[in-house]
Amino acid sequence: MTDDKVTIEVDGKTLEARKGQMLIEVTDANDIYVPRFCYHEKLTVAANCRMCLVEVEKAPKPLPACATPVMEGMKVQTKSEYARNAQKSVMEFLLINHPLDCPICDQGGECELQDLAMGYGSDVSRYQEKKRVVQDKNIGPLVQTEMTRCIHCTRCVRFGEEIAGLRELGATGRSEYMEIGTYVEKSMVSELSGNVIDVCPVGALTSKPFRFSARTWEMSQQSGIAPHDGLGSNIHFHIKQDVVKRVVPAQNESINEVWISDRDRFSYEGLYSEQRLSSPMVKQDGKWKPVDWSVAFDMVSNNLKESVSADPKSIAALVSPSSSTEEAFLLQKIVRGLGSHNIDHRIHQGDFSDQENDPVYPWLGQDIAEIENLDAALLIGANPRKQQPLLNLRLRKAALKGAAISALNSIEYDFNYQLANNIVVSPLAMVGELAAILKALAEKTGKNQDLPGFINKIEINSTHRAIADQLVSVKTTSVLAGNAFSSHPEYSSLRFLASKIAELSSSTFGFLGEFANETGCWLTGAVPHRMVAGQHSAQIGLNAISMFENPLKTYLLFNIDPLCDTWNGSLAMNSLEQAESVIAFSAFRTPSLDKVATVYLPISIYAENEGSLINVQGTSQSFASCVSPQGEARPGWKVLRVLANHLQLEKFEYEDVTGLNKEVNDLIGNVSPNNKAQYREAVLNKPSDNAVARVTDTCMNSLDVLVRHAESLQQTQDISDGKVHLNQTLANKIGLENGASVLIEQSESSLNLDYAIDNRLPENTILIHAAHPDTAGLGAWYENVSIRKA
Amino acid sequence: MTQETKQLSEHAREEIDSWIKKYPEDQKQSAILAALREVQHENKGYLTPELMDAVAEYLDMPKIAVYEIASFYSMLETTKVGKHSISICTNISCMLSGSDEIVEYTEKKLGIKTGESTADGKFFLKQEEECLAACCGGPMMMVDHVYYENLTPEKIDKILDELD
Repeated sequence: MTDDKVTIEVDGKTLEARKGQMLIEVTDANDIYVPRFCYHEKLTVAANCRMCLVEVEKAPKPLPACATPVMEGMKVQTKSEYARNAQKSVMEFLLINHPLDCPICDQGGECELQDLAMGYGSDVSRYQEKKRVVQDKNIGPLVQTEMTRCIHCTRCVRFGEEIAGLRELGATGRSEYMEIGTYVEKSMVSELSGNVIDVCPVGALTSKPFRFSARTWEMSQQSGIAPHDGLGSNIHFHIKQDVVKRVVPAQNESINEVWISDRDRFSYEGLYSEQRLSSPMVKQDGKWKPVDWSVAFDMVSNNLKESVSADPKSIAALVSPSSSTEEAFLLQKIVRGLGSHNIDHRIHQGDFSDQENDPVYPWLGQDIAEIENLDAALLIGANPRKQQPLLNLRLRKAALKGAAISALNSIEYDFNYQLANNIVVSPLAMVGELAAILKALAEKTGKNQDLPGFINKIEINSTHRAIADQLVSVKTTSVLAGNAFSSHPEYSSLRFLASKIAELSSSTFGFLGEFANETGCWLTGAVPHRMVAGQHSAQIGLNAISMFENPLKTYLLFNIDPLCDTWNGSLAMNSLEQAESVIAFSAFRTPSLDKVATVYLPISIYAENEGSLINVQGTSQSFASCVSPQGEARPGWKVLRVLANHLQLEKFEYEDVTGLNKEVNDLIGNVSPNNKAQYREAVLNKPSDNAVARVTDTCMNSLDVLVRHAESLQQTQDISDGKVHLNQTLANKIGLENGASVLIEQSESSLNLDYAIDNRLPENTILIHAAHPDTAGLGAWYENVSIRKA
Repeated sequence: MTQETKQLSEHAREEIDSWIKKYPEDQKQSAILAALREVQHENKGYLTPELMDAVAEYLDMPKIAVYEIASFYSMLETTKVGKHSISICTNISCMLSGSDEIVEYTEKKLGIKTGESTADGKFFLKQEEECLAACCGGPMMMVDHVYYENLTPEKIDKILDELD
């Protein structure tokens, strides 16, 4: 026996345990049940509910199993009369103030208090006095409070402090008057707030959108994959009568552990939006008319055949990177089968100049779970807290263990851990800053070969040196590129520099990934320059921007809102308006599709759909259809297969999604990712003095068409506001006072907009959120603008 | 200085700083009780959410942590109360020496119940939970941190009438 093991005896059974382990961990691992409320595997021990009291030999009183470390030779009884009496007494106290409203409580049926009251409660209450009542506060659109039911376990408080990194709930008052809450009327703003619903053992914190809509025992549980970031968090759908009533996390320690983000938890509401497209439609004389699938297919295949006979290259397709691998695969197969290579999924990218050097797919560079073992990291153009919330949780764990996390951004994002260094500069200065870090690193390591010539002219300061020092002084390091990195207009230069920094500091170079299935889209060839499995294409088609530079004859839009989902909404809309046919495979009717599309083909989405998604670490996760599609909608892969059959294309005889999935996996299964490519050397553009630069940020709850239709998420603060954000200095400079609006001019258009003071921005920079219909028409995401008081 | 910490007077900040110095450098929050006491004193005896937020910001603590502390300790008031805080001890020694009559007399005199403040905002008759540790002089009370012992109705009149 090694030194760190001890032997204990529980209920007469001899068990082996690690020294220092708490008793409850040992009993849990050995399937010996000890009742509990406040103990939670992922949270610190509070030992305040006392439900887990057990009898320990030679101890003068019952001890809480959650806070009693095991000791050699310890003898424990969890079910002796002594232990049972202690547990029953605690239960009696817990029930004193608990209301008897189980019949109208959403937690009823899955309530830990209800369950344990069955096992440990008494059938009559001896308590005759007045029960405590707590006045509820509104804590936002997602979490419903009913704090009279609270048993003060403080799991939600500890979750906020320890996991979410944002203490929003607390225990105010004392003794009888202690209350869990926000104290002041205030909405919870954490991107992980919904998890308090799961950790709450009673019905004090429940889901607001789900409230009173089903009893827990009426629902069935089915597995799914969350489609809103590159992680693919595992989820369960709770379904009643073919309707998704709520979403809860499914445990997967290698991806999302036991948590999910609010976006993943509440986006299901989008499925039941009134904007859902329920039947195929065609536009006739400017009016939308529902038609049969066969009519729609005939029309679409005729459109495509006409375009092919004129010029196959007059067809282009844009597919959302949230679409399934199977959908992306079939769409590119159709487009290529028709003789065009104009297909892309990189809807948030603006610089394609070095695409020939793209890796087979940009990936995280490591496993998601490895992120928490980093000793240092440099985040570039990244706001992981809002954009990859569960991955940020791992970064936070690393930071709390002492990792030096530094960031380079154009917005001073609110990180929920201490950054070692934080550089916030105008987007025009990003390349220069990254080059400065590279130069500091080259000086530090003496490896200064193959660096771009302009680096000599770059000035470096102590922050650049500190970042360089931190990256080389520890073992496990990573350079991580976020969403604003990939959408930057000088993406190619940033990528070269970031990869050099990673090379010189022996760090892994990783992309955090924005959408659920960028990997699947890359691997299936939903890009104009690569075929399936990343093979170079002899012919290179038009990319997500260039396909709109000159209007083509026919566009296929798959799961895309052309105004809100593209890097340059006005460019896209302009070309689509002039196209002869725009075929929209969509789950929703949106104003911009209504305007430019000629045919609507309704596809199922999310819980209705089937297929697979490949996450940023390259794991492919399949999901089955859990509810019937709305109206006439059908899974995208079936729609594409039937369309291919109408077009008489060969090799589209798929019978089910499993067969299709197998074919795709056979084609792409052996591809291994590598971000260490030989990228084109960076170029330094000198920013013109006093230019005001626009930066664009995608708010987490405005990311894709599904979340934009999820009602409750649209009431949070993490949505596009359609305003111009600028800092106080810039506002003073152009003479803005209260109530005025501003005139923004970009090369393609100008708009009169409301403004918001946002001091997270560096000088001479304005921020406009992506995906807002009022501002998406302004043009490119990054550009110099002129701004003045309207 | 942020907009929030501007709520704190220069004197309050100096006072808080002097307490921060007594603790390890990375544990500013240890000064929380002293900070709240000072801020409450300057604000005529009670704390507002805005002031608590300012203290939170100043000591780099979550706001809710400050609310928790302020609502826990009985010497901190989180709602508006009268200017002069009167705590009559009703623990065992004082009770045996007749604190009940003193409480009754004071309530009648001020026209309020224990726990309330007078309408003119002058007096706050605080519910004192703990023994004030002046048992040999019971019945006793504390008015604005000053102890008065061996109380009689006449003495109460004199003490309270002399307050401005």
